[in-house]
Amino acid sequence: MFALIGDADFDQQWLYNRLRQEASQKAKGNVGAIVTFTGLVRDNNADGNILGIELEHYPGMTEQALTNLVQEAITRFSLTSAGAVHRVGRLYNDEQIVWVGTAAPHRAAAFEGANFLMDMLKQSVPLWKKEFTRDNSRWVEVKASDDKAALAWLREK
Amino acid sequence: MNVTVKTFAQLREITQEGCFTLTLPESAVTMGDVITLLKSRSDKWSQALGASAGSENGSVLMARNQQLCDIQTHVQPGDELAFFPPVTGG
Repeated sequence: MFALIGDADFDQQWLYNRLRQEASQKAKGNVGAIVTFTGLVRDNNADGNILGIELEHYPGMTEQALTNLVQEAITRFSLTSAGAVHRVGRLYNDEQIVWVGTAAPHRAAAFEGANFLMDMLKQSVPLWKKEFTRDNSRWVEVKASDDKAALAWLREK
Repeated sequence: MNVTVKTFAQLREITQEGCFTLTLPESAVTMGDVITLLKSRSDKWSQALGASAGSENGSVLMARNQQLCDIQTHVQPGDELAFFPPVTGG
């Protein structure tokens, strides 16, 4: 498994190859499914167009929380392997921001695991988005219902 | 005892203190005590932590040594304590 935080752009093919290799080493011949998801920066929010986002994180805790999350997904969905990457710093519209990948014997677990990773990542990993326009910037708000889920998730660690 | 206090995102901007050493009196044993102390530190801190800090539906999360915790969590000398808003990654 792998969980990476960094400001550099990432190469999907490299990540896919790494996941496939790790899964193959663990269960050669029985990896029937690999699902990957890539998130990009949209050029708009509810109020209009933006130029991009600035992502702040908590160095140390962010890496650990993402690692915990990937391990949880592997256990919960009996994945052969999984990986996640999240970028931090200033990102402009259309740039890659997040990637998750899951490997499993069958596709259902791989899809579920990828969904779980993305849903929980938005709630349990200390990352904060600030959208900026030409004139100002604004922190992205989160739903109150998400706070509770995030807290519950990390308390289980 | 001394602890390190860190803030992130909105809390860092409001308090204008991203990382500093805080000396706690002997009477301060929990995160709740630390919050009380921080609120009296300045109007900015009072605003940042607000009335709901540490409550179930509060808008401030807290961590001790990079693990999420709550107001009942005990603090120890040398701890790294962090306060931040709900996360918005993904």
